[in-house]
Amino acid sequence: MTGGKVGVRKKLGLIVNPIAGMGGAVGLKGTDGARILEKARSLGAVPRSPLRAREALAALRGVTDDVRVLTCAGEMGEQESLGAGLRAEVLPIEIGPLTSAEDTRRSALAMEEAGVDLVLFTGGDGTARDIAAVLGTRVPALGIPSGVKIHSPVFARNPTMAGELAGLFLTGGSVALEEREVMDIDEEAFREGSLRARLFGYLLVPCERRFLQGGKSGGGKSGAVELDGIAREVISRMVPGDLYLVGPGTTTAAIMKRLGCGYSLLGVDALRDGKTLGVDLSEREVLELLLPGRTWLVVSVIGGQGFILGRGNLQLSPRVIRSVGKERILVLGAPSKLKGLYGKALLVDTGDPSLDGALCGYTPVITGLGEETLFRVER
Amino acid sequence: MTLRKRAFHHMRWNEPIIYQLSTPGHRGLLVPEAEEGIEQAVGDGLSSIPIGMRRSDSPSLPELAQPQVVRHFNRLSQENLGADLNIDIGQGTCTMKHNPKINEVFAGSPKMTDLHPCQDQSTVQGILEILYRTEEIFREISGLDCCSIQPGGGTHGALAMATMVRAWHRDRGEDGRRDEIITTLFSHPSDAAVPKVKGYKVVILPPDEEGLPDMEAYRSALSERTAAIFFTNPEDTGIFNSRIAEFTELARKNGALCCYDQANANGLLGIARAREAGFDMSFFNLHKTFSSPHGCGGPATGLLMVDRVLEPYLPVPVVRWDEKGGRYYLDFNLPKSCGKVKAFYGVIPVVLRAYAWIMSLGAEGLEEASRIAVLNNNYFMKKMLEVRGCSISFPRHPARIEQVRYSWEEMKRETGFGTADVQRRIADFGTHYWSSHEPWVIPEPFTIEPSESYSKEDLDEYLGIMEQISRECYEEPEKIRHAPESSTIHLIDHEYLDDPDRWAITWRQYTKKYRGYFERR
Repeated sequence: MTGGKVGVRKKLGLIVNPIAGMGGAVGLKGTDGARILEKARSLGAVPRSPLRAREALAALRGVTDDVRVLTCAGEMGEQESLGAGLRAEVLPIEIGPLTSAEDTRRSALAMEEAGVDLVLFTGGDGTARDIAAVLGTRVPALGIPSGVKIHSPVFARNPTMAGELAGLFLTGGSVALEEREVMDIDEEAFREGSLRARLFGYLLVPCERRFLQGGKSGGGKSGAVELDGIAREVISRMVPGDLYLVGPGTTTAAIMKRLGCGYSLLGVDALRDGKTLGVDLSEREVLELLLPGRTWLVVSVIGGQGFILGRGNLQLSPRVIRSVGKERILVLGAPSKLKGLYGKALLVDTGDPSLDGALCGYTPVITGLGEETLFRVER
Repeated sequence: MTLRKRAFHHMRWNEPIIYQLSTPGHRGLLVPEAEEGIEQAVGDGLSSIPIGMRRSDSPSLPELAQPQVVRHFNRLSQENLGADLNIDIGQGTCTMKHNPKINEVFAGSPKMTDLHPCQDQSTVQGILEILYRTEEIFREISGLDCCSIQPGGGTHGALAMATMVRAWHRDRGEDGRRDEIITTLFSHPSDAAVPKVKGYKVVILPPDEEGLPDMEAYRSALSERTAAIFFTNPEDTGIFNSRIAEFTELARKNGALCCYDQANANGLLGIARAREAGFDMSFFNLHKTFSSPHGCGGPATGLLMVDRVLEPYLPVPVVRWDEKGGRYYLDFNLPKSCGKVKAFYGVIPVVLRAYAWIMSLGAEGLEEASRIAVLNNNYFMKKMLEVRGCSISFPRHPARIEQVRYSWEEMKRETGFGTADVQRRIADFGTHYWSSHEPWVIPEPFTIEPSESYSKEDLDEYLGIMEQISRECYEEPEKIRHAPESSTIHLIDHEYLDDPDRWAITWRQYTKKYRGYFERR
């Protein structure tokens, strides 16, 4: 349905992070870093990722005549492809004896150079971060869930569905591409028992379109229309001369795009009278720019979790928030991203409990042009 | 439950758009030449039109002979599905019911079809009487006082309410200050959409744990900026908001008007009224609850009822009875009127059918229809919840009125198949179902509304289909994966439906947007 050229076989890049998920079974809450991996092995952890990769590849088998599979040597893809009965072309990428994050990044780059149409990878949030760091949203990517931490909505629900979706995408099926958040938690803090997720970047992820009337997935054109409506609402409320601190994310970025302003996707940017004053500002820089009584914060709801402050926007520190004032915080949320959050509370975790308390209550979330939806805010 | 097997397959004619069937010079009927005497009296006719107003080219209309036109539309009708072809309970929130055919005889009678809106009022006393009596009936149904039959659909009814809200506050000098309208997440999406068209900011209330609009959120949303509330009740979940009088009272204390979306009143006739719930106005869809046939955008009527204090703001004209002169007449003299919301008076054949339906049932019959609709719905819900993988939204609030929003969340988790898959498969049984309004707050949703028209056998047949599909999702995944097998459309590319640049609802748009498109593919 995408009208691609007939006769050209699409290329799938397969990256297996063989150690992903090994920490989970032995209670280590992640497998980032050589020390933890060693500990996991010593506790008897066995690789889980290769099996998950094989499951996904099995679901791909029906379309392999139409698709070329490019992968990495050994346990980073070659073995899994063979195990699933697939003929794969092995790219000449050097891989260390103990596969590392560096290997993942190098493989992803090699895949891009080889012109793959989709990168299919096994792993968890850590692997997704590595791939987002080198590919950004230039090449579509999809995760086969096999890590310990799966907070990023870049993974299919299970390996079989990952394979099916990849197959559908590569054979021109009804699939849209959507920019999705790559989240990761601080593993050290997680082991200490506290959960702190951060936004690390975005991947361009194929999303299953629902084959039914009225079903909008928020992807493709309708997603862009939705975000543009929110952007127009925020712009219509802007007061001349006031300072706007625009937090990270694709929802807030739509404002900058509509205004034609420079911005950082993951940082805090400053805006006044439709012009960018600063990009990717630190807390200190934010405080220097701040106009008391005339500054607004523009933040978005993090999909899936519902955090509005304290995740991915720590530059907006308690000091910044206090000087801006609760009544000048504009919270944005695209309905398609809020789907799982209706009826639940939005969360704040600024690091200052008394400020968090003051932020609790009901807050309007701008969900479209001329439209707000009320949400409860909790700590 | 045994499922009656049907050897069914959807019809496919691959019928072109009628413009594509056009051949220049072909005619459906030939108008006789004007006779000499007539021509002498009026000239050639055309020369009486000022030159500046005459068109230089012919209108772009398809040119076909009558048999081709008849074939074309009959083929299209065969590619259709509707209340006259299937057990139409899957289109929840739409109140599909049987439309007695005798009412079509009334609406198709020359007494109706030959009426012209510009006729002298003395010659249309009969239809004016029907309009007037329809208003009287709706005074009883709603408890409210005055009526406009102008709105040409449900959303149009809501738009008329928003128009009235503006006129009311403008008259009180509060129009600038009151710029917000509050609605709820499970009200019909039009209740959020139309106030925006009138320039209001819309504030949406989330549901609480019971599925009712969150009262605390409501209190925080109400302010001196609130112009009105737009509530549906029962909401799209089928849950009746039993605290509705508290909501309306709070709005009233804030100086806001209370507007009721009763597009679907099918479970409430003779049981609960807008007046007692504290509403100032309410609209009713004659094409849903009151049995005028509907679908695909019209023809329809969103009859509007308002409290007496709002009468001066009604759209003009309104139908009145002149006691002294013993005649019905159209009253255009409402100086504070919000204006017109539609050309002329409304969609009169729709009102006529609804009037006939109501008169055939009487007050007791209407209430009985509602009670059967509620009974049907609760019977269906009990059976549906026995189907594997199906659950209900807000289970802590088990009683429902006329419809239920269900969820396949459990089945999706266990099998990977969700509401989209069921929707594809159900086409193989010669029926259909609709998922639910966006946003999908309830995961993998579908909404069933078994109105009073359906027998127990009908409901059991539909349940049998749902049961079989659920069983296939668990046991025969290949069947679901390749469904539908008896339909003509297999996959719909939603990119088209979500992309305004590709919408084409007229031939002119179509030719503009798709010129050369299919040749390029």
